[in-house]
Amino acid sequence: MRKKNIRLIIGIILILVMTALFALLPKIYNNNFLLFNIMLYIALAEGLNLIYGFTGYLPFGYVGFFGIGAYSASLLILLLHVGVVPAILLGGVAASIVGIILTPLLRLSGAYFAIANLAASQAIYYIISNPHLENITQGPYGIMLSSVYDATASYNAMLIVMFFAFMLVLFFRQSRFGLSLMAIREDSITASVAGVNVVLARTIAWLLSAFVAGLCGGVFAWYTSVFYPETVFSLNISIFAIVFVLFGGAATLIGPLIGTVILYGMYNFIGISTPQYFQLIYGLLIVMLIMFLPNGVVSLFKKVKDYVP
Amino acid sequence: MELFFYALISGILYGIFFALVGIGLNLIFGVMRMVNLAHGDFIMLGAFGAWLAYSKLNMNPLLAIPIEIFIFMIIGFGVYYAFVPRLSKSRDPEMLSFILFFGIAQIIEALAIFAFGNNQKSIPFSTLGKGSISILSQSIPFSWVVSAAISLLMIGFVYYYLYFTRTGYATRAIMSSPEEASSVGIDVSKISAFAMGIGLSLAAIAGVLAPFMIGSIDPSIGASLTTTSFAIVVIGSLGKPIGTILGGIIYGLAMMFMQTYLASWTNLVPYVILILILLVKPSGLLGKKVRNA
Repeated sequence: MRKKNIRLIIGIILILVMTALFALLPKIYNNNFLLFNIMLYIALAEGLNLIYGFTGYLPFGYVGFFGIGAYSASLLILLLHVGVVPAILLGGVAASIVGIILTPLLRLSGAYFAIANLAASQAIYYIISNPHLENITQGPYGIMLSSVYDATASYNAMLIVMFFAFMLVLFFRQSRFGLSLMAIREDSITASVAGVNVVLARTIAWLLSAFVAGLCGGVFAWYTSVFYPETVFSLNISIFAIVFVLFGGAATLIGPLIGTVILYGMYNFIGISTPQYFQLIYGLLIVMLIMFLPNGVVSLFKKVKDYVP
Repeated sequence: MELFFYALISGILYGIFFALVGIGLNLIFGVMRMVNLAHGDFIMLGAFGAWLAYSKLNMNPLLAIPIEIFIFMIIGFGVYYAFVPRLSKSRDPEMLSFILFFGIAQIIEALAIFAFGNNQKSIPFSTLGKGSISILSQSIPFSWVVSAAISLLMIGFVYYYLYFTRTGYATRAIMSSPEEASSVGIDVSKISAFAMGIGLSLAAIAGVLAPFMIGSIDPSIGASLTTTSFAIVVIGSLGKPIGTILGGIIYGLAMMFMQTYLASWTNLVPYVILILILLVKPSGLLGKKVRNA
């Protein structure tokens, strides 16, 4: 069998195992909330991986898409009485539409992009939470979705979104498209000379990444059923996703997964009771990572084996 | 018209202060091409320095300025030699510095919570001089005028340093090209470390004035100050310290006019200006074309 097919099969097996694991875990472990959040952050980290890992753009305001997804889905359900599942899908679409509006940001490079994206997410937050829009978004008073609350169904919806995010990353890893993205990341001019449509490829990655975050937001809204603008636009969501990806290793399937499971687990262990200790450890961890392991935990495996899924 | 003049004058005074808030960030970026995402947290530390001086030592907070310059100079050298040389050799210094300094920001914030707690602290405005002053028949708090004057003085020092001293020439040489600067015998790492020290000191001085300009302080104000600084610096053009004055004044005016006429949307101002400037003229109002992907 060709090497590429073997890699594809390893990737698919990994994804199926993870999905099956999260489908079965609620039967033996009853902290459903923790499991949901781990899946949520895995999906977000993999979604962020699509844009950061494969194109090098660091979306510091990634949470903007998450919040847009949560609000769009909720408002569709509450104001227009759309069904839950279509509303979540449309929430993803809404996030992508915001992504389209923000595509001009892709003209910026490096830190400029990150800052502009952060500013964009804050601007969206201040618009949605503005008291003048209370009739539409409830302003700062938050959203109540208890009429459609369904713990099991929303858990399963998160499972599907996580599966979808995994599959997208696998596709990026194994396809010609993903290869062209990585070529752009390394040297956009050379890539365009080699016939890659740089702008189109970047835009597709950007919109898919936004779509995943939008879906996550919609499912999160359904699962928690009561939330405030500062919950779904909390900068910590972006930061968590970024650190999880960095810690595990960007542009791999398994990196964000490892990062989320280890660090989010740690967060649950110490972060909720004593946030400032957690913040300190997080800060130190980030500094150490950048100084000594800039390619993440996965780079340790790469020393042993040259391919890591 | 009354409101208009009030917004205009307070906007300019705030603008000068905000220029000081941003200038350190811009100096560090200009010299090292590194993004100090912990800038706002150094401002926060400076503000707590002033608070300590006022409430524990019963000093005028302004006397904290020389002490803080000294301390933050040392911190600046430390930060430079601990991180920058190693980071410059990595594959993407600009991006990695961004994340690294974010980590440093988290550490500073956590330590500040340990040291000062989560409660808001404030210094009475009257410590900078009582009462108000009348400009164009508008009564403006005296403390704002003092803060703006000190800010202007500090910016003046930066200008003098960069344009009229030998190390300043060397600093500007490094800004335009580190390789060429080192080939003519400039000690790039020493001068850069010095620039880092100056940058952090400027942040700390802005911090000393912060309790009088932005009100009460707590360890979490760093993050929003960093974004504000970015807005200011980008408006003026990143990598050009003097452009920051223009950025600060535009920002101050925009904020004050918004607060006067459309108060509930004031929070949007820095972000919207930042995005607009980045999209319309990515190099900033005074900049050359450098930052397109």
